[in-house]
Amino acid sequence: MQTGYWHLEVLWFALIAVLWIGYFVLEGFDFGVGTLLPFVSKDDADRRVVINTIGPVWDGNEVWLLTAGGATFAAFPGWYATLFSGFYLALFLILVALIVRGVAFEYRGKHDSVRWRRGWDAAIFFGSALPALLWGVAFANMVHGVPIDAKGEYTGTLLTLLNPYALLAGLASLTLFTLHGAIYLSLKTKGELLVRSRTAARWLSVAAALLVFVFLLWTYLNAVSANEKGIVPGVIPLTALGLALAVPFLVRAAKDGLAFTATALSIALITVTIFLNLYPRVLVSSTNPDYSLTIWSTSSTHYTLVVMTIVALLLTPVVLVYQGWTYYVFRHRIGRDDLAPLKSPIDLLSGDHPPGPLPGA
Amino acid sequence: MSALDLARWQFGVTTVYHFLFVPITIGITWFVVVFQTLWYRRGDEKYLRLTRFFGKLMLINFAIGVVTGIVQEFQFGMNWSTYSRYVGDIFGAPLAMEALAAFFLESTFLGLWIFGWGRLKPRLHLATIYAVAFGSTLSAFFILAANSWMQHPVGYVINQTTGRAEMTSIGKVLTNPTLLYAFPHTIGAAMMTAGMIVMGVAAWHLRRGNEKAMFTHAIRLALPVVFVAAIFTTLIGHAQAQLMTKQQPMKMAAAEALYETKSGAPFSLFAVAPFRKNPERSTFDITIPNGLSILATNSLDGKVEGINDLNRAYQAKYGPGDYAPIIGITYWGFRIMTGIGFLSILIAAIGMLLLWRGRLESSRRYLHLVIYAIALPFLANASGWIFTEMGRQPWVVQGLLKTENAVSPSVPAWEVGLTLAGFTLLYGALAGVDGWLMFRYGRSAPAQSPATPPDPSPEAARDLSMAY
Repeated sequence: MQTGYWHLEVLWFALIAVLWIGYFVLEGFDFGVGTLLPFVSKDDADRRVVINTIGPVWDGNEVWLLTAGGATFAAFPGWYATLFSGFYLALFLILVALIVRGVAFEYRGKHDSVRWRRGWDAAIFFGSALPALLWGVAFANMVHGVPIDAKGEYTGTLLTLLNPYALLAGLASLTLFTLHGAIYLSLKTKGELLVRSRTAARWLSVAAALLVFVFLLWTYLNAVSANEKGIVPGVIPLTALGLALAVPFLVRAAKDGLAFTATALSIALITVTIFLNLYPRVLVSSTNPDYSLTIWSTSSTHYTLVVMTIVALLLTPVVLVYQGWTYYVFRHRIGRDDLAPLKSPIDLLSGDHPPGPLPGA
Repeated sequence: MSALDLARWQFGVTTVYHFLFVPITIGITWFVVVFQTLWYRRGDEKYLRLTRFFGKLMLINFAIGVVTGIVQEFQFGMNWSTYSRYVGDIFGAPLAMEALAAFFLESTFLGLWIFGWGRLKPRLHLATIYAVAFGSTLSAFFILAANSWMQHPVGYVINQTTGRAEMTSIGKVLTNPTLLYAFPHTIGAAMMTAGMIVMGVAAWHLRRGNEKAMFTHAIRLALPVVFVAAIFTTLIGHAQAQLMTKQQPMKMAAAEALYETKSGAPFSLFAVAPFRKNPERSTFDITIPNGLSILATNSLDGKVEGINDLNRAYQAKYGPGDYAPIIGITYWGFRIMTGIGFLSILIAAIGMLLLWRGRLESSRRYLHLVIYAIALPFLANASGWIFTEMGRQPWVVQGLLKTENAVSPSVPAWEVGLTLAGFTLLYGALAGVDGWLMFRYGRSAPAQSPATPPDPSPEAARDLSMAY
């Protein structure tokens, strides 16, 4: 086994952690918004406002998952192969949820019928809450350890994944993402919807702080009891916990911006904790610690990692710039009165923007 | 059924399904680009309405295309983990590049396009749809790079220690000759598919006298696109077949059900044979003498290798086994694809003739034909993929790894069966919903002219902003 940190394998382990952080921080709030859809809305206009707060961004957020999956395949094929075939049915449920949810956003408004919209609203709720729960379960299992044999193959079942620690992690991720979504709604809505979002955030923040505390404590005990542990400077999980504990106060003080930053950072640091706890392993074997998959045993060749590093360094900044710009363009709060009012493109054309050359003009 | 069979069915079902939507997304987006550009440059509201009308058809399909694409990326690891381990060093790279370079671009800018009406300046808003179209076209390049490597592996070595394929040249992987033909062939097919849809929808409205001016423009724009794209796709396909004769001779022999190596081989137009994997004789066969030799080698008496000889050669090289794909599927997959290619050229040529004589919009019988022709490209796309993937069997990576050795050893058959049933039911239901929405929107009269007094109802606003 190799040692030292100046290896491309280490860089890619870190980059994949970054991709998952991006995914959880971004899709985390749109999962939360989807989960809250039935609870914060009183009527269809409310529901439309709620969905429209994430309308322009959810699809771009989901690409972080595709990129994390693709990057894992490219940089650590052995990890990708064992993880995806091992967590088979859990991933199937996530895929089904993401499919019905994505389609629901697009189709909900395409036909005017109460039953039609109700059906898609249910799809948005389940399609958001289920992955929010299952991602917590999946990541907890990666670090907690699952049965993996000497050949690096998973030997458990779906039920193996549903152990108490992982279920707690699932509950924690569901609650934390829902809180993240409630705060996002507090930032993006106005009127009664804003009031209800803040109320939801208040309750959720207490539950989330409690669950994050128990999860991190259990993770710490788990790391201490395992005979080989990763490197986790205590300051990271403690900061994650401190941020989660601060959120109830920030929400109460209606400091939505700070509260959102706090949940985002808390999600990021919990993910960092999990990855550092793993390092240099990528999947812990509960059968025998020696069977654990590591970044060294699962990685691609040096050549492939060099190619991928160049591609990532060239493209990632560009992606961050235009995705950041999207959030800037759609930064405004929206409310029920905004459902009608956009200027028609014709007005824009004849107004502040000079029209293009007319044929024959 | 074994886990292997079920996993193969799952790949077939999810991939063919995914690819029903991909060409619409790629092709219609370029039509929207053209309509919106025309509107921006000429300020004629007819183009704005065409943009919005076909934009909506684009969106109905985009959603399904995106979410079923996630299944595509995940199932390599889920059902084919041995494959993933074996090829990951090479195959993973274009997949990751696709996500990073193409998916982010199309998804982010699609959000900006949908919700940016009235928020972004028209010029900037126009740029967003260019970015979407560019992104979706680029994604086709990367995924075809990955697929082309399975058809014709290049730029790799087999590592004797790890027993896996490892990349030695990304340049070779991204300039694989198979890819350089497959990419334009696929984009041509996408333009043909989208063009047929635009034509068919326009024809439906023209027959009913709806919005004559607007749909006349649409059909006059789409017709030449279909005409050129159909000829282009067929020509590239011809070049591909010649390349295939060199790279994957068994696929070509199976496509022709040519059992014995022949010089001056005939081209079979229509054959029926007993129903089994490898029938070895046909009960009925119509042929063009020397046709195959001309197609495959550009010469009247060129030598084309037959299935039996190739099988013997492969057995000598790779060990005992059957190296022929299922002949009937390969034979008919190829014929349906190419047949529709020629039929599309014919249909478009008749249209061009009518256009030239100024009778296109008034030929009710032709317009009727064009409506039904919408089904053709979908059939061709599906049979083309079935042909190229099943024609490669028993290999998953030509000459390197057999499909039967590629499945996930840790996944039991009942789990693959469960997910196969789950995806099939879900996809079936979504196809029904999508088809119904497409049908309804395609037939509905396009949005009322924005020049008339604005309708303050929420329904009208929803249409204008295209928001959810």
